[in-house]
Amino acid sequence: MLNIKCPHCGDRSQKEFAYGGDGTVKRPELNKDVSDKDWDNFVYLRKSPRGKHIELWHHIAGCRQWFRVLRDTVTHEIYKTSKIDEDI
Amino acid sequence: MSQNFRIKGEGLINRDEPIEFKFNRKKYIGYKGDTLASALLANGIHLIGRSFKYHRPRGFFGAGVDEPNAKMQVEINGHSEPNINATEIELVEGLSATSQNCWPSVEFDIGAINNFLNKFFPAGFYYKTFMWPKSFWYKVYEPFIRKAAGLGVASLEKDKERYEHKYEYCDLLVTGSGPAGLAGAYSAAKNGAKVILAEDKPRFGGSLLTDEVTIDNLSGKAWADKIISELKEMPNVVLKNRSQVFGYYDHNMTVMFERTGDHLEKKSKYTPRQRLWYIRAKEVLLSTGSIERPIVFGNNDTPGVFLSAAAKEYMKVYGVLIGKKPIIFTNNDSAYETAIEFKKNAVEPLILDTREDQDSELINEAKSMNINIKFSYAVIAANGYKKVKSATIGKLNKDKTNFETIETIDCDSICVSGFWTPTVHLASQSGNKLRFDDKIDAFVPDKSKQNENSIGASNGTFTLKETLKSSFKIGSEVSKKITKKENLIQLPNTNERKYSSHDKFWCSPLPKGKHYKRFVDFQNDVAVSDIEVALREGYRSIEHVKRYTTLGMATDQGRTSNLNGLQLVANVEKKIVPQVGHTTFRPPFTPITIGTIVGREIGKEYMPTRKTPMHNWHQENNAVWVDAGAWKRPRYYKRGNETLLEASKREAKNVREHVGICDVTTLGKIDIKGPDSAEFLNRIYTNAWLKLPIGKARYGVMLREDGIVMDDGTTTRISENHYHMTTTTAQAANVLSHLEYYLQIVWPELNVNVVSTTEQWAGAAIAGPKSRDVLTKLFPKLDVSNEKLPFMGYMKGDLFGVKARIFRISFSGELAYEVNIKSDYGLSMWEKIIEIGEEFKIQPYGTEALSTLRIEMGHVAGPELDGRTIPYDVSLEGLVSKKKDFIGKRSLEKEAFNKENRQKIVGLVPLDKKSSIPEGSHLVEDKNAKVPNPKLGHVSSSCWSVEKNNPFSLAIVKDGKNMIGKKLYAISPLKNTVIEVEIISSHYVDHEGKRVRS
Ligand SMILES: [Zn+2]
Repeated sequence: MLNIKCPHCGDRSQKEFAYGGDGTVKRPELNKDVSDKDWDNFVYLRKSPRGKHIELWHHIAGCRQWFRVLRDTVTHEIYKTSKIDEDI
Repeated sequence: MSQNFRIKGEGLINRDEPIEFKFNRKKYIGYKGDTLASALLANGIHLIGRSFKYHRPRGFFGAGVDEPNAKMQVEINGHSEPNINATEIELVEGLSATSQNCWPSVEFDIGAINNFLNKFFPAGFYYKTFMWPKSFWYKVYEPFIRKAAGLGVASLEKDKERYEHKYEYCDLLVTGSGPAGLAGAYSAAKNGAKVILAEDKPRFGGSLLTDEVTIDNLSGKAWADKIISELKEMPNVVLKNRSQVFGYYDHNMTVMFERTGDHLEKKSKYTPRQRLWYIRAKEVLLSTGSIERPIVFGNNDTPGVFLSAAAKEYMKVYGVLIGKKPIIFTNNDSAYETAIEFKKNAVEPLILDTREDQDSELINEAKSMNINIKFSYAVIAANGYKKVKSATIGKLNKDKTNFETIETIDCDSICVSGFWTPTVHLASQSGNKLRFDDKIDAFVPDKSKQNENSIGASNGTFTLKETLKSSFKIGSEVSKKITKKENLIQLPNTNERKYSSHDKFWCSPLPKGKHYKRFVDFQNDVAVSDIEVALREGYRSIEHVKRYTTLGMATDQGRTSNLNGLQLVANVEKKIVPQVGHTTFRPPFTPITIGTIVGREIGKEYMPTRKTPMHNWHQENNAVWVDAGAWKRPRYYKRGNETLLEASKREAKNVREHVGICDVTTLGKIDIKGPDSAEFLNRIYTNAWLKLPIGKARYGVMLREDGIVMDDGTTTRISENHYHMTTTTAQAANVLSHLEYYLQIVWPELNVNVVSTTEQWAGAAIAGPKSRDVLTKLFPKLDVSNEKLPFMGYMKGDLFGVKARIFRISFSGELAYEVNIKSDYGLSMWEKIIEIGEEFKIQPYGTEALSTLRIEMGHVAGPELDGRTIPYDVSLEGLVSKKKDFIGKRSLEKEAFNKENRQKIVGLVPLDKKSSIPEGSHLVEDKNAKVPNPKLGHVSSSCWSVEKNNPFSLAIVKDGKNMIGKKLYAISPLKNTVIEVEIISSHYVDHEGKRVRS
């Protein structure tokens, strides 16, 4: 079980969090034309890197904030966590 | 027999407290402080089981977790449990143990014929023999193997015991209370660190309890007692005996089980049997010690063969002699301590040392005590079937590949020592890559991946002085990092005997013409010849050899067999051990009960139960419950002998004819506030939200980005910047996370706040033609007429002094309202409505009637919004705005979603107007077509229409738009039904929706 540092609450056990997928995905803006390919990329296609991965987590049993985590998918090492409006 | 092997005055047991117990239905006496093993040995019992494959007689071999043989079926405190290690379970009054894996008895075991047929049981036997023909596996081979090679019997009864889970955080976790663990814990505690010291055994002290050493002029045990009593006084230290750390996971999460109950004679009701601890430690000190490894020789599994340290422990801790005429067979000095201990207790041991005659403190001491020592000697084989009667021994030739002389010597036991193997299981589990240390012929931890350090014997440090020095140092260093304090501790003076170096001899050669079975792994019955066969057959990887021969598997996890197995593979392959590598160490280190893993999360405590404020009223009115996620909801209110169908028909009919009341508290409720709320809703929902007036509700549908319907519900504008959203019961949590995702990540510029209010409001739906009459009486001061409170209207109310919200919304398709009130007043609201409604024939209705009402109205719910449907499929395309953008809109342009023959929701009635159509039935054109019969759609929801008095179903069917009027078959292979159905509109009742507006 991972130990995750919520940037708002501090170190907490993985049990309090929900995983939210790739943290680098950007939703296309509203009311703009989006090609089929770009839209499919956004909705379906995700990288599955071996090593460093920026991901989203949601502190559902805590402050209910979404935030980003830089995690190693091999070692599970968490290098950094950051608030959603901060760079990681 | 009464404890003929007990030594007077020795040991840490309490002779004033005799304990009666049973073994194989016979009564024996032991003492408080005994293990089942020590008590049996005190009574001279050695034959305790039969081996797994060959059913050979087996006896005790170790004295703790090292024991591979002594698995027993144990009855204690009224429950029966298999595979309990007799060397680990403490004796309590009334304990009853039986041998496993033997039939009809341990003394006479029919399966032992396997031993004499062992040519037919080579390595990989199961793979080779039982793989073909396949159909034989289930019917013949598996039952045979299970019967012949069964371990214990799991109880079929419910486990009545109590198990608990506990979460703990600490600065430093120390696993094991030998000299290393005590020193590490002590120095860290002195630095102010929060320390947990875990000891697997009942007594703290580890090897200090049995080793002849002095520390600051105290005996090892006295020093351990002194340190423990000091630690006990420190508020920052938690001491846990009977507690084994058995698993090491990511981010320094370790798991420990604590035996809290089994050793207690009269356990109180609330004392758990076992407790599972999840411990997150900033630093871990692994002081798990080492396990003696055997030397392999012929018939080395005969009862009476022991590890030499175990024999010493039985004497020093339990005051028990494992034999009165022992041979000590060793390649190193440590076994001399066992010999000396025997001699002190007036037993004459014979030492066979594989090394040449030499000097060392211990050897000289043994010589000065006139102990008979034969150097360059080895045991070739143990003789005796159910107990060692003699040993065939031999003088080794120069290169130790053969014997110069062979003789037979009478003995009743053989204590074997092949040096020491560090217990590296936890270090390995933590991700530590192990390193082979030539000096000790074993693997030791290498670079730590996580915050852990191995100290003492588990790190390959076998002298007391060096162990204390390094453990005090590491304990101090790691705690200093955390507490920033440093209280240096004066290193104690130690006195221990110096060992001379060990011999790499690990397996006695077979003299010409002899075919003794030489076991490497006792628990899995793996002999030298089995591993040789595997290698001859081409298995190379140690992981493959392990699986093919079962070496090092099962509960034993190779604790005594691992290195000898590797050594053998290395020898045959002409490699060295580090080239062979080692197999993976996995948790748990020793078996744990399923009960401990499960803890309290069992039965109705498996997950939390959510109850509405009206729960007890439902219960008192004969509600039959149904689970809706964690919620309990009334499915129907049973009257007399009513069936589910009868009751739900009655309840639904009463809504259509009079008025009903339904507890809708479980619906998800989300409070939405902020100046951008309307814009936010406009992006979340498919329909338009910018112009919803205050005091009005609107039905909305929300999609996922892939265009699939996520949820539906009504949202009401309470005031200018305040909305009240409802979600389905099932999706409440997901919808909240969804909203938070978009507000926090995608559109942080929107000034909106969302919060769940599901539990803050109790809700009652009042539905039926008489519902306005009820509402009028409920709120006498309000004008709730159709003009003032029209369909989809909202107003505030005052319910006998408590603020309430009244929504005119309908799921049943009837004139209906939902009244919300603060949860605390939910029950009084409910009772008031029932009281007032009596004159209008009000009846409560459950989820079954609720479904009936919505199905015959063609309202979609969970079974239609199943994560596979887009708005068109469930005829909600009218709610999809063409003008504005919203979540998922772009996906709706996908070609497949716009195909002419796209699936769509329809209604179904059986042609016979009688047969209920099972939900999940497939719709096909030809009922007799060959399998796989082309499927046109499936039945999503079924009910008995109370309006038309015949079955009615909703289905999602290909080209549903053009299917109205067609006849198909609804087939359910599961229920074995074939029903001819006619496809009609999904709106079966009140097509124009007049009633909700009446
Ligand atoms: Zn948080």
